[in-house]
Amino acid sequence: MHKKKILAFTTLAATLVTGAASVQAATLDDVKARGTLSCGVSTGLAGFSEKDANGNWSGLDVDVCRAVAAAVLGDADAVQYKPLTAKERFTALVSGEIDMLSRNTTWTHTRDTSLGINFAGTNYYDGASFMVMKNLGVKSATELDGANACIQAGTSTELAIADYFRQHGMSYKAVTFDTSDQTRQGFESGRCDFLTSDGSQLAALRVGLSNPSDAMILPEVISKEPLGPVVRQGDDQWFNIVKWSLNAMIEAEEQGVTSANADDKRENGNPANKRLLGTEGELGTNLGLNADWAYNIVKQVGNYGESFERNVGMDSPLELERGLNASWKDGGLMYAQPMR
Amino acid sequence: MLKQKTLEQTKAAARRNKGGRSAAFYNNPEIRALGYQLLLVLGLGYFFYSVISNVLANMEATGIKTGFGFLTASAGYDVLMSLIPFEATDTYGRIFIVGFLNTILVSVIGIFFATVLGFIFGVAHFSHNWLIRKVAVLYVEIFRNIPLLLQVFFWYFAVLATLPSARQSLSLGEAIFLNVRGLYVPKMVGSDLFWVAEVALAVAIAGIFVLRRWAKRRQALTGQIFPVFYTSIAMVIGLPVAALLLTGLPFTVEYPELRGFNYFGGITIIPELMALAIALSVYTGSFIAEAVRAGVQSIPQGQTEAARSLGLSEKRIMSLIIVPQAMRVIVPLLNSEYQSLVKNSTLAAAIGYPDLFNVFVGTALNQTGQAIETIFMTIVVYFIVNMVISFLMNRLNNAVALVSR
Repeated sequence: MHKKKILAFTTLAATLVTGAASVQAATLDDVKARGTLSCGVSTGLAGFSEKDANGNWSGLDVDVCRAVAAAVLGDADAVQYKPLTAKERFTALVSGEIDMLSRNTTWTHTRDTSLGINFAGTNYYDGASFMVMKNLGVKSATELDGANACIQAGTSTELAIADYFRQHGMSYKAVTFDTSDQTRQGFESGRCDFLTSDGSQLAALRVGLSNPSDAMILPEVISKEPLGPVVRQGDDQWFNIVKWSLNAMIEAEEQGVTSANADDKRENGNPANKRLLGTEGELGTNLGLNADWAYNIVKQVGNYGESFERNVGMDSPLELERGLNASWKDGGLMYAQPMR
Repeated sequence: MLKQKTLEQTKAAARRNKGGRSAAFYNNPEIRALGYQLLLVLGLGYFFYSVISNVLANMEATGIKTGFGFLTASAGYDVLMSLIPFEATDTYGRIFIVGFLNTILVSVIGIFFATVLGFIFGVAHFSHNWLIRKVAVLYVEIFRNIPLLLQVFFWYFAVLATLPSARQSLSLGEAIFLNVRGLYVPKMVGSDLFWVAEVALAVAIAGIFVLRRWAKRRQALTGQIFPVFYTSIAMVIGLPVAALLLTGLPFTVEYPELRGFNYFGGITIIPELMALAIALSVYTGSFIAEAVRAGVQSIPQGQTEAARSLGLSEKRIMSLIIVPQAMRVIVPLLNSEYQSLVKNSTLAAAIGYPDLFNVFVGTALNQTGQAIETIFMTIVVYFIVNMVISFLMNRLNNAVALVSR
């Protein structure tokens, strides 16, 4: 952990020292020359970015990495995953160690304006919440006065919970851990009364408990946590590519294009389908990519809805509702800017 | 013949150079040396100037905020343990101080117990008791050879995390409680006349120094030995207790009490601090034990034999003859062990003990994104702390060095 951090910091120092040219370099060219996309993900969070026994990564955040790789390189598998803790992620991105970050990262004003990074959209609308053991007998977050909280260090939740307790005139003790796994261990050992994190993470951590049915998630949602992919500031072309790769997934769901019917829609679909999938228009060229960029995304990764159900929705152990993350057509917030 | 001629010619050339045309100034070795120094300074100056201006320009270009303005901004997050009052609304500057004090706290505790453990096991190595000797060897070999991070995890996740929950705490006389959230001990809260006891304690400590000098002089004059150690302990405990009794026990004891989720009141020692302090003490103690062993072994056997022939007891041989001389070898080694301990305390980040590295390079860096500033400040702190340790240990080293007359 320390080694990685030192490495990231050294790279950051080196990039900053050796002149503007390297920072401004076109990430697209680097990725094409390398043949793989270097994508920062979490150190392991069920449903979002998780490595299975064979070393394959999967999850909602991983699918964004895969979508960008499919768009740029035509191969969703051409991704090198870099697991990062919450503390390491921005340094790794700014130093150029990774091409993009897709690691359940909350889009906030301070991060967007002062860290030298840009958020390329939202792939999950979340909110911080609390998980407690059922035998504690707590039914609402307002009963948590004087309790101990397990939190992951360097997250926006750390700030949200301080606000919440102050606002309600309650006190708490924050026990902060480095990785979400250690946070879960601390919670299970009884070091804290409750674990606080984004709702989606709580669902994932709960599944990881030795006895998930012992724990429950309290109804209160105390903050807005829009999570999304992040790129370095100063490379607008790359920023556009990541932004529109995510948009393509959302748009595909809106249009009803899935991995199963993409081939058919490409030839016989309506004009919007054809524009999206590259048989008409110049959307790919404008991004500096091939015409079939979005076709590759949908074909190899699937649309947003497919990705959601597969990783965190009803087809997964997390069983999360679509809720805010439904397409705007179904009353949710997922809305892609027009593809034209 | 040929050699002679060459020598003559050289001498002549030298004469010509000295007189006549004066040698060029750049051939003067002193001026030359100065010139090179100047070039080096200019070169280094340019190097650092370009590095720093490049860094600033690039940070500006990539949209990273710079400067130390964040130190006065409200942090907005809480810290688990603080020796000074701290709230989430306080500034990053205050977080820096909180982290610094926590680092100092765990370092001081670690250095104290590492030294105690090190001396006990170092000397135990020379015990006549087979079992004690073997235990000392076992201690050193086990703890010296396991990575420190692993030991920190062991104490935290394998030992302290298995303690019972807050509601099923282990308790000692309903006054001291131990659970997975820490050790809770009662606190003495003094009222009006409590200062008398504090003065008594100060008097007792000052008295020890007087007593030592007196006992030394008495021994020099009469040869009689005074039990300084036991008398000192009796004074330190006896005087304040007597003062408390005379003033009518002017204090109340605040017991830890289970309210809601946690124990409140008294003094709380969090498990993160315990785990880190234990791991640092035990690990560094094993190295100090080896330093002590090396120091003792550096004293020739003849010293012990000479002391025995004077009729000194084994205990007194150790404390009067061997250890004072061994200190000359031990102290320089202690210096580097203490410095390592301070640096190793940054492993706090692994278990969430809020030391400087954890709260400042960890959370503050992440929330503000100002990597250069936070890392620079932290480097300076560790640098200064270790310089102070070095300075103090050098003073100690001079004190124990051989005095030549």
